[in-house]
Amino acid sequence: MIVIRLEDLLYSAPLLVLTSSGLLALIAEAAGRDKPVISYYTSLIGVITSLILTFLNLGAGVPVFNNMILQGGYAAYCNLIFLSSALLSIVLSRSYLERMQYHRGEFYVLIVFATAGMMLMAAALDLTIVFLGIELMSICLYVLAGFMRKKELANEAALKYFLLGAFATGFLLYGIALIYGTSGTTNLVVISRSFAQLSGNSLFLIGCGMLIVAFSFKIAAVPFHMWAPDVYEGAPTTVTAFMSTGAKAAAFATFVAVFVRVFDIPGTALSSVLALIAAASMIVGNVTAIAQNNVKRMLAYSSIAHTGYMLSGIAAGNAEGEQGILFYLVAYTFMNIGAFGIVSWVEQQEDRKLKFDDYAGFSARQPAVAVLMSVFMFSLAGIPPFAGFFGKYYVFLAAVKADMTWLAIIGVMTSLVSVYYYLRLVVLMYFCEGESDVAAKVPLAAISAVTLAAVLVILLGIYPSLLVDMTKGFFKI
Amino acid sequence: MLETYIPIFVVIAGGIVFGIVMVKLNEWLGPRRPTDEKLSTYESGMEPVRTARERFSVKFYMVAVLFILFDIEVVFLYPWAVAFKELGVAGYITMTVFIVILLIGLFYVWRKGALEWD
Repeated sequence: MIVIRLEDLLYSAPLLVLTSSGLLALIAEAAGRDKPVISYYTSLIGVITSLILTFLNLGAGVPVFNNMILQGGYAAYCNLIFLSSALLSIVLSRSYLERMQYHRGEFYVLIVFATAGMMLMAAALDLTIVFLGIELMSICLYVLAGFMRKKELANEAALKYFLLGAFATGFLLYGIALIYGTSGTTNLVVISRSFAQLSGNSLFLIGCGMLIVAFSFKIAAVPFHMWAPDVYEGAPTTVTAFMSTGAKAAAFATFVAVFVRVFDIPGTALSSVLALIAAASMIVGNVTAIAQNNVKRMLAYSSIAHTGYMLSGIAAGNAEGEQGILFYLVAYTFMNIGAFGIVSWVEQQEDRKLKFDDYAGFSARQPAVAVLMSVFMFSLAGIPPFAGFFGKYYVFLAAVKADMTWLAIIGVMTSLVSVYYYLRLVVLMYFCEGESDVAAKVPLAAISAVTLAAVLVILLGIYPSLLVDMTKGFFKI
Repeated sequence: MLETYIPIFVVIAGGIVFGIVMVKLNEWLGPRRPTDEKLSTYESGMEPVRTARERFSVKFYMVAVLFILFDIEVVFLYPWAVAFKELGVAGYITMTVFIVILLIGLFYVWRKGALEWD
């Protein structure tokens, strides 16, 4: 006998509202041809309503639907990240897609469904829901990556992402099967209770290792990062913004939910594996980013490096690490989506104006946009008083407290390396001569979206405690 | 625990050995009188005209994807039909939501012309 309680539906209202708006947008798209604007407004209203409902839901987390998902608390906090990422991407996409002549209603539908998948991932209390959420998100992203279907690079990106993603899903399923086989359940809470006995079982550890492989693929951590630069380059720029913030945050949210909340990893082999992956991501991401000439590729490698910083928080596995990641995710989402937003304004059809040199002398023609871009670049480089600094501070502090000082040292050294390529863009904008400009008149909605991101980056850099206090109670089950 | 699987392994091993032995026996003992007709690819009685490795229309792919989508639906519907009474009203509502979502998908596919061949 299935029982659905009224509370279940009320607590999951953000998810239900968002999904319904996606379905409505799909019906609108099918019924009235060539009016993508209807789909745009429907999904926008859905995301904003869901955002408001999530704010009302921020209290303690409540398990609903027979302990399958958790709503409120941790899930609500993560939903705020996904929904703001979706909101900013949708707003930025409209003018971008119109300019690129790929404005279709399905775009917004796919973004909304991918966001619903992310919300399921963060809320999952059961490995089957983790799988369901990851697939819902990934399948939408495969299509979005190849949305400019007449472009060769976009086709390559979509196919590469799809094939490698399907492979990673295989790892996830094998991992879940092994964990189920050794523990007899897929419920994360039940597994966490018997973690002490299970951690001696080698089959169980292999299952956990496979989960690490699958999650590392989704967050683009070295050595599972090969797809990221090509996919980020080939996908439409606003989709790249969405993928590198929302999708990465979602994968991190599940990673944290599974490995920190449920498994007691400090001191086990899993912790050293995660530390090694983190170190490799920081080194490879930052060093390779230096050699890039394409801004999108540079940001792709930088996103691999940021994965490394955040992973050191998971490897540390202490309270500081958990709160550090959650803060970092918010900071990273806003600074990265802002940077990609500006890249999408400068980009022109057929992948023109994506090189570093295309930003030379930018400040002369667009002083305000140059200031915004500099804010994002300084924040990505981790220079105070921007939010990126405190994100790094928290995760490195966590690593030091967990006796992984070597990881923090690598983190700081590679951050120094990253300053070179982030500031290269700032130097080009301010100190070089050039003809660069934004491609066309940017609408007010897109400007306010990027400005909002910049304001949040500065605000969170000055008052990081606003968020950090919120995250304190999330990890008690 | 593993001992219970021994009969299965015996059957598998027996099957493999029997298969190899029969094919090899046939090769040694049977008469061989090959003709062009016998050596050609079997195509359910049709005459093979040219190579099968060529480009074909993406429409076949479309049909295959749609078939899988709506085929999977049955995978969910069938167990629900079997356990209909046990699942009660909540199960009925859940499945209705599921089918409505699928119907919206079908509506989209239909309006976008994916069900038409030309």
